[in-house]
Amino acid sequence: MKKLLSIFAVVAFAFSAHAGTLDDVKNRGFLKCGVTTGLAGFAAPDDSGEWAGLDADMCRAVAVAVFGDRSKVEFITTTGKSRFPTLASGEVDMLARNTTWTISRDVNLGFEFVGVNFYDGQGFMVPSALGVSSATELDGATVCIQTGTTTELNLADFFRLNGISYEALPIETNDEGKENLFAGRCDVYTTDASGLSSTRAAASNPDKWVVLPEIISKEPLGPLVRHGDHQWGDVVRWSLNAMIIAEELGITSENVDAQTSSNVPEVLRLLGVEGNYGEMLELSNDWAYQIIKQIGNYSESYEANVGPDTPLEIARGLNALWTQGGILYAPPFR
Amino acid sequence: MNEMNEVRKPPVATTGIIGWLRINLFFNWTNSLITLFVIYCLYQFIPWILDWTIFSADFKYNYLGEQITNQEMCSRNLDPENGGACWAVIYVRFYQFIYGFYPRVEVWRVNLAYVMLAFALLPLLYAKLPYRKYFLYFTYIFPVIAYFLLNGGLGFTEVSTNKWGGLLVTLVLGCTGIALAFPIGIMLALGRRSKLPVISMMCTLFIEFIRGVPLITLLFFGMVMLPLFLPEGIDMDGLVRVLVAVTLFQSAYMAEVIRGGLQAIPPGQYEAAKSLGMSYWRMNLLIILPQAIRISIPPIVNTSIGLFKDTTLVIIVGILDLLGIGRGTLADTNWLGLSYEIYFFVSLVFFIFTFGMSRYSLYLEKKLKTGINMGAD
Repeated sequence: MKKLLSIFAVVAFAFSAHAGTLDDVKNRGFLKCGVTTGLAGFAAPDDSGEWAGLDADMCRAVAVAVFGDRSKVEFITTTGKSRFPTLASGEVDMLARNTTWTISRDVNLGFEFVGVNFYDGQGFMVPSALGVSSATELDGATVCIQTGTTTELNLADFFRLNGISYEALPIETNDEGKENLFAGRCDVYTTDASGLSSTRAAASNPDKWVVLPEIISKEPLGPLVRHGDHQWGDVVRWSLNAMIIAEELGITSENVDAQTSSNVPEVLRLLGVEGNYGEMLELSNDWAYQIIKQIGNYSESYEANVGPDTPLEIARGLNALWTQGGILYAPPFR
Repeated sequence: MNEMNEVRKPPVATTGIIGWLRINLFFNWTNSLITLFVIYCLYQFIPWILDWTIFSADFKYNYLGEQITNQEMCSRNLDPENGGACWAVIYVRFYQFIYGFYPRVEVWRVNLAYVMLAFALLPLLYAKLPYRKYFLYFTYIFPVIAYFLLNGGLGFTEVSTNKWGGLLVTLVLGCTGIALAFPIGIMLALGRRSKLPVISMMCTLFIEFIRGVPLITLLFFGMVMLPLFLPEGIDMDGLVRVLVAVTLFQSAYMAEVIRGGLQAIPPGQYEAAKSLGMSYWRMNLLIILPQAIRISIPPIVNTSIGLFKDTTLVIIVGILDLLGIGRGTLADTNWLGLSYEIYFFVSLVFFIFTFGMSRYSLYLEKKLKTGINMGAD
């Protein structure tokens, strides 16, 4: 029996002992990227059936880095429960599925978060008629809260810390929370700030609702890959970093061609005019140039998908560059 | 004596419209009250729903005459007093609802498959169809044709199932599940009643296990656990895994439905068939099953309708069926907040299919007169 098992293990290993993910992706000819089944601003099919959103752009950026072609990506829809097994089993090469980076997911589940492409956090939304400008003024309010989530615990902590009381109205889904808030059955709805923004945008009159400034939890959302394949992790990590660095350096999809003759050394390194950073990643030397050209820098992607000009109207906030009051920070490109 | 020959007409109160009304709607004062209440509700509701769905609704243009491309342009969002449903979202997304992300240049293949499906169903639905035998041959090979047509191969470009969606996925899951579950269910039902202990025990175990877990669990098992068991190089298509789970689930239920029919057949039928020297298979095929299936038609249709609606659960494992496409549309920032329109449309499509199935089963029951007592005769 033991012998049989070991033979089986060897066979299984022979099947699984393949080259790295990067080579797999190159041989396959397209990237398989796990996204949500639809979340406003992050990943959702548009009218022509193309996936659009901040996470979808992340997938495309990696496809551009590897193939120089933004269309060489296949989007695999995953749900909150199916996302991790889908990645672990190798059905997708990476996940960009507004997933919160936590220690247990990073360590215990055997994944590697390569960065943060959106800093989210739990917030509060109230009717503007309530006349409240800060969450600390919410003493005695009825709060719509999704049961069994971390938001529930964060809420209890926040109100206890501030010495104020609340009454919880337990709900199951985001839709339920929306209906209850709009019908006036609760005064406050609390969930992740990006979720609040899309709830607000779905209201018949968004101006009647305000998202309060307090953010009471950390929800760093980022792309992740399987543990152990560092080369592939580097490709995804630096695809994200390239977009952030491009914003820092003021390179956009419009001016990227002009920037190739810039006199700033880091710009030249990023765009592949100088150095051989592409080769180090086993990519072509103009990989970052192509990302900026075809997808844009981080700011362009943000503004197009979730920014103040979109119906979601999410201000940059924490997601602004570190030089502009946010915490978005990429290691230097050298 | 003449008076005796005159035929007396039935009392006015039991014939004609007035009679019908009196018997069915105003039989006694509780009935009358209920009738009046229902009429009042309908009076309140029908004009409103007609106005919302048709008269004040936007179909392609809003009340300013502009073509609608996002929710802000819907009449009811421009002016809450003016306008009902905004069907433009269905109009713009119609392709996705029907075909998912199927490439547009290849979409004729899906259309052809839809048409062929109708032709394949014809001989099954109408026994009196001329040249039914030849149509049936087509029905048997239709699944093979449909596979190559939809999936690719044999000279067609391959379209990965990842790009399928909407009604296409709903129909593929529903039709395959129902069509495969029927024969498997019959075998399981016969197996469970078999006198061979091993076969009977295996079938019972299978049925009880599958019936004992919710469909979602099976879907998760197919989607999440299966790939972990398979070696990494072997890639089983996501839709196939879901199809396997759905078929297993439906077969277990179908088996129990048919077993119910089998148990209703009086032992005399078995004895008569055996006394004619029929083998086990001949007896079942010619004598028992035709009767058993005939009396099981209502529950068979019932579980089939159930399965057709249960296919919406595949959203849980990340496959975008009709409802999934609807939800995806709601997540597009252009169409946020149009949930009433989208859920209304999706329910309407499901209603058309399930209502069709239920009417057809009524027609079959009438044709086969399943209501008669066939015990002793």
